[in-house]
Amino acid sequence: MITLGHMLTLSAVLFAISVAGIFLNRKNVILLLMCIELLLLGANFNFVAFSRYLDDISGQVFVFFVLTVAAAESAIGLAILVVLFRHRHSINVDDLDTLKG
Amino acid sequence: MFVMILFYAFSAVLIAAALAVITTRNPVYSALCLVLAFFTSAAIWLLIEVEFLALVLVLVYVGAVMVLFLFVVMMLDVEVEQARGGFTRYAWLGWLTALVVILELVGVYASHRFGADAGAVPAPTPEGYSNTHELGTLLYTDYVYAFELAAVLLLVAIVAAIALTMRKRAGLKVQDIAKQVAVRREDRVRLVKMDAEKRG
Repeated sequence: MITLGHMLTLSAVLFAISVAGIFLNRKNVILLLMCIELLLLGANFNFVAFSRYLDDISGQVFVFFVLTVAAAESAIGLAILVVLFRHRHSINVDDLDTLKG
Repeated sequence: MFVMILFYAFSAVLIAAALAVITTRNPVYSALCLVLAFFTSAAIWLLIEVEFLALVLVLVYVGAVMVLFLFVVMMLDVEVEQARGGFTRYAWLGWLTALVVILELVGVYASHRFGADAGAVPAPTPEGYSNTHELGTLLYTDYVYAFELAAVLLLVAIVAAIALTMRKRAGLKVQDIAKQVAVRREDRVRLVKMDAEKRG
């Protein structure tokens, strides 16, 4: 049967892949946002696994809230991205340095 | 046994999809691979009998968030090569970080607290048990305050997203209803008194 260790290892691999993705795609803001979504998914795996294997459904409520916050975050992030692209015609992170002192 | 085969198959697809998300050169393919990753995650959550959240993951993420991502990716029309420049310069750092994170987390999980023997496999839920019902009962009683806060958060996010992307374009022909309704006869009609003229 699927044990707690299986789920936790899978979530660790998922988390690590998305952390690597943030390093690899540090030029493209859209891909950074996607990597953050993947990161949150890896974290949600932990919540779901512990909720199920420790028999406490509060963990699933927490995943519910994480999903809500992630949806709001990606909506606002993409809106900012669209405005940014309209002004600068680029989503390259290196070009977004007009605020530097 | 069959469940284990399914679990390993879904895990392999999930990890492959996650790797594809971070390595493909085209953002559209990345978004589609992310959709695949969410689908397989939902399948794994169904395997451990977390039904409601699996469905919510498909509905909310695949149905709403990823469609939003795809819209933005296709709307922005970014040059792929320019966006992916410098891909390899810090790749080793990324993979090194990933390796360290995996080793640390698996090291913690392999300890005696979270090992394969800890956290006994829960019994299958009895017939007639509704995950949705349990979750709803908890959500609307103990967590109702947080639930309402989440609703307010979503509303604020909607308003913020619309306010950020709304713009007034110059030279656009639109009706101003209030101005049209408020117009008076004197503003438009001018009566001119003049003598009649003979037709030439």
